[in-house]
Amino acid sequence: MLNKFPLWKNLMVIVILAVAAVYALPNLYGEDYAVQVSATRTTVVDTQVMGQVEETLKEIDVTPKAMALEDGQLLVRLSSDSEQLRAREAILQALGNDYIVALNLAPATPDWLEAMGATPMKLGLDLRGGVHFLMEVDMNEAMRKIVGQMRDTVRLDLREERIRYSSVERDGNDVVVRVRKAEDFADAVRVLDRAYEGFVLIEDEAAQKITLRMTEAKIAETKDYAISQNVTILRNRVNELGVAEPVVQRQGADRIVVQLPGVQDTARAKEILGATATLEFRLVDDENSVREAEQGRVPFGSEMYPNRNGGNVLLKEEVILTGDHIVNASSGFDENQRPQVNISLDGTGGEKMSLATRDNVGKPMATLFIEFKATGERDANDNIVFERHEEVINVATIQARLGSSFRITGLDSPQEAQNLALLLRAGALIAPIQIVEERTVGPSLGQENIEMGMQAIIWGFVLVLGFMVMYYKKFGMVANLALASNLVLIVGVMSLIPGATLTLPGMAGIVLTVGMAVDANVLIFERIREEIKANRSPQQAIHHGYDSALSTIADANITTLIAAIILFAVGTGPIKGFAVTLAIGIVTSMFTSIVGTRAVINAVWGGKRIDKLSV
Amino acid sequence: MHELIKTNKTIPFMRFRWGAWLVSGFLLIASIASLAVNQLNWGLDFTGGTVIEVGYERDANLSEIRSTLDSNGFPGAVVQNFGTQKDVLIRIEPQEDVNAQEVGESILQLLKNTADGEVTMRRIEFVGPQVGEQLTEQGGLAMLTALICILIYIAIRFEWRLAIGAVGGLAHDVILTLGLFSVLGLEFDLTVLAALLAVIGYSINDTVVVCDRIRENFRKYRKGDAEEIINGALTDTMSRTVITSLTTILVLLALFFLGGALIHGFATALLFGVIVGTYSSIYIASSLALALGVSREDLMPPEVEKEGEDLEMMP
Repeated sequence: MLNKFPLWKNLMVIVILAVAAVYALPNLYGEDYAVQVSATRTTVVDTQVMGQVEETLKEIDVTPKAMALEDGQLLVRLSSDSEQLRAREAILQALGNDYIVALNLAPATPDWLEAMGATPMKLGLDLRGGVHFLMEVDMNEAMRKIVGQMRDTVRLDLREERIRYSSVERDGNDVVVRVRKAEDFADAVRVLDRAYEGFVLIEDEAAQKITLRMTEAKIAETKDYAISQNVTILRNRVNELGVAEPVVQRQGADRIVVQLPGVQDTARAKEILGATATLEFRLVDDENSVREAEQGRVPFGSEMYPNRNGGNVLLKEEVILTGDHIVNASSGFDENQRPQVNISLDGTGGEKMSLATRDNVGKPMATLFIEFKATGERDANDNIVFERHEEVINVATIQARLGSSFRITGLDSPQEAQNLALLLRAGALIAPIQIVEERTVGPSLGQENIEMGMQAIIWGFVLVLGFMVMYYKKFGMVANLALASNLVLIVGVMSLIPGATLTLPGMAGIVLTVGMAVDANVLIFERIREEIKANRSPQQAIHHGYDSALSTIADANITTLIAAIILFAVGTGPIKGFAVTLAIGIVTSMFTSIVGTRAVINAVWGGKRIDKLSV
Repeated sequence: MHELIKTNKTIPFMRFRWGAWLVSGFLLIASIASLAVNQLNWGLDFTGGTVIEVGYERDANLSEIRSTLDSNGFPGAVVQNFGTQKDVLIRIEPQEDVNAQEVGESILQLLKNTADGEVTMRRIEFVGPQVGEQLTEQGGLAMLTALICILIYIAIRFEWRLAIGAVGGLAHDVILTLGLFSVLGLEFDLTVLAALLAVIGYSINDTVVVCDRIRENFRKYRKGDAEEIINGALTDTMSRTVITSLTTILVLLALFFLGGALIHGFATALLFGVIVGTYSSIYIASSLALALGVSREDLMPPEVEKEGEDLEMMP
């Protein structure tokens, strides 16, 4: 008998390996030092900016390797890290604070590979250096705020209907109303039964008690809102840090992961991420002229602030309301399909707003946004200097007496409405966040980790290759070929899967795979030896060896795969990286050591009569 | 051809099973006792707290660093070399009253101010206590889930006695590795947990190969009792078991010596686990199945018997 593979099987092996090799290739090209320029919310990066950057670089005598404008970002590639630092400094000075200028490492993948979508593997923070934060959203605080607001609303509504209560109190996620007289109970139920969204009514007539209980859906919605609000705000702040490829992601029920590759100054990062923003609603001083104020004659009782859309606005000193009374703000459209922002306030906020707007219908009201930004400088005591950054983000005319929910109309575009809603929410975080985990890896350690990981992989690889050739001779060489293709396959697949990240434990996983991947070949070759001992012909020995080892290999690998998948489900960060490489390694090694080696063995020994096998 | 194990005779592995039981029993009791008394040296990932790794230009003076930290409000800080004489690892337990998020930076600043010469930040890690607690729970749960899933898979693919033998062997490996970490006081961090799961993966790999052979030999040889069959299967797979362990140990040695201090614990756990796993797949898994009374009838493929009956019924 002869051992031959059909043509399609040989082709399949070749095609799979070729594709993997192409996608693994970008990892060999390394990375360029780069400076990345992107726009803030008010600016755009265009060819004009590109020209400006080019000029600046010429002035400091730095010749970029390449410059590219893509997706509104300018990427300047440079040849060394010292040039990179100088270039960033100069560009930052030339462009000013309106642009984000970040240090980056850009893959030096050739164009033809990039056109095929081939990119190098993503490196984890433990290999790249950078900061990882895990933040926890204080859900109790979020619930407390929502229920507290409900309590205020209930009090207000009962008072308005002149129903006398002995108490309206918050009890966990409930609002408990106790009516003073028994005859008021029915009235109270009637008033409260107008269905507050997200609350159900529980009546207890004997105790004259009505409980408003938050529904599960409302609880879930509130928590969801608290998380997504924080994610949005963190994203905006991370953009200010000037970090290339930051990650801000929700993790689990109440956590947010923030990863800032390349950032070393964690103190600054933390201060910016933790910076508080707040809002104030104030009346516009339209009796005095802005022009005179701009010349230094600010009238008594008023203050001048810059307007976001240019120019200045004169505001009355008294604050109607601060942002912490805002419960929600969302953008939408009014009856005439014009963009608007809907704002809901808590009970006290509603009262204040109602009081202040009663006598001011027809007058303009401004929204002042206040943010504390770290300047990057330190004072004498080495504390970071914060700058109070204030600007008027909106001026609108009061159309009627406002209550706990009102809207701002007259906005120019849906985009503007969205931005305003976002800023309003940013000034009114319903739940504070807290850092519960922080991992910072310095750049030197990251580089060292890569080198040590590579050393371990290379030595492990060489040791196993040597052993296999010594023990199994020519068949050992075939197994080594499979082992090498397996490495290429792992790297190729890791580069192809967008979510896969290489970490230090991940590299350990590759080392382990190298050691364990030969197992399948050992099983097969031992079987072939047994068959030869049992006096089968070489061709029959090959055939039976592969056949009888197959189910064993499958069973053994599936059980290991189970362990890898569980590890993936439970682990975070670097451990997930280990699970990913282990799982990929198991699958690819099955392919190379069963199908791959068979193709080679069939091609070399399968087509002819032989008396002896070199196994 | 080279052969590591040259034999044409069946090695009577099971004859020594009582000795193996004794050794394993002793090691298990010792491990559990040590886990109960010494417990594990839980790493930062599980306890919470702060770890700072800094690099000095010259060999670092540990006692000086200790006294600096002591006198500046960080008593009880663990200061040790990490990898080389120039690298220092400082570990601070979670503290109630101070703002834990700032401990890392303030210590780094302190060291920079007091040391002569450059101090470079290599790594700062802060883990809140609540994160650690969750992790311990999740880790234990992961281990149990893995064992149960594997138990079910093997019970379906093979037979319940072999499945219990296999999982018993796995539990044996995990407990002994935990015991080693407890006795030597090695730090048990997340990477070690990952290594333990990899040990489970490796050891089950070994056990499945043996089980597979036991089943095959039961079907192939009509003669011989369970003990003889198991001995035969173990002998058949012996050279494969040794070779695969050898290649795995080779790469793990590379990882242990070249992989750096960060994955030392990982490499240690795997090295020990692979050795114990190899032993357990020979002695614990199969002898447990033998003790549970695994027999030829249990491993016969049901379909084949039915087909045979059908044939006899035909006229």
